[in-house]
Amino acid sequence: MLTLALNILDIVQNSIRAEASTITIDIGESIKNDFMDIRVSDNGKGMPEELLSKVTDPFVTTRTTRRIGMGLPLLKHQANLAGGDLSIESHQGKGTSTYVTFILGHVDRQPLGDIAGVMTILMSANPEINFLYNHKTDTGEYRFSSLEIKEYLGIGDFNDSHLLADIKEMINENLKDIGVFDIIKS
Amino acid sequence: MSQIKSLADLKKKREEIKTGLDVRIKSIDPENHVQVKVAMATCGIASGAKPIMEFFVEQLDRRNIPGVVTQTGCMGYCFAEPTVEIKLPGKDPVVFGYVDLKKADLIIEKYIKEGELIDGIIPVNYETIDSKE
Repeated sequence: MLTLALNILDIVQNSIRAEASTITIDIGESIKNDFMDIRVSDNGKGMPEELLSKVTDPFVTTRTTRRIGMGLPLLKHQANLAGGDLSIESHQGKGTSTYVTFILGHVDRQPLGDIAGVMTILMSANPEINFLYNHKTDTGEYRFSSLEIKEYLGIGDFNDSHLLADIKEMINENLKDIGVFDIIKS
Repeated sequence: MSQIKSLADLKKKREEIKTGLDVRIKSIDPENHVQVKVAMATCGIASGAKPIMEFFVEQLDRRNIPGVVTQTGCMGYCFAEPTVEIKLPGKDPVVFGYVDLKKADLIIEKYIKEGELIDGIIPVNYETIDSKE
């Protein structure tokens, strides 16, 4: 996986499988502090403690929950390469939160990539889930909610390619405004 | 075209499209629609499932094919990712492997439009231990 956006798309699949109804993606980046962090949190079913302790081991798998595999170890590896780390908090019945940090200017930090494309794919494939996306930089903050769009436009799903293209443009324009610089098409 | 920055811009643009074009309103009856499922697990995403899914969403709409594009988890064909499962109305699902943009185009033109089978189908006529029980 070449970009952080694709890693996020992968990590969010865990939340979808955990039957979450709200999934929040928080990204923070600060050039001043040379720091970047990503948090993916959900209100899904969570996981037991013994699984949580082994979850970044790629060779541990549970057939019944299918909560783990290569996704988390790969992201942890990416974080470690770029001077950061990955941690997971989970409470059964309450949800799971995955937190990753990076040194923003580290030569091995992956670029953010097409985060707007990832958001629109997630929304169109899972219209019943509310996706929240917050992006904070030194100069500003952008907040996005898929539920807000549905309510504002009075629609039930996002099965319309024109609308998805427009939403993607809207996210990208707002990210540009707050100085997010490494959005690339992946 | 003006930039879209807020929800109000989004709504305005949508209304413009609605008046200019005949926007199809899709019913939620999946049985009468083409169902496209793109495998979106780690293996799929790493092999390029995202652009494939974007392609199907955009092109089904553009080619006026009533369809629903969704995602699934790993189907166990990690070696052949990106994989796409297509279910035509009244037919059994067919899984295509090694799907790139060229093949995705062929799937739409040959299989979805004409029902003609093309190379790269992964046989799904197996039974797992779980499904036997």
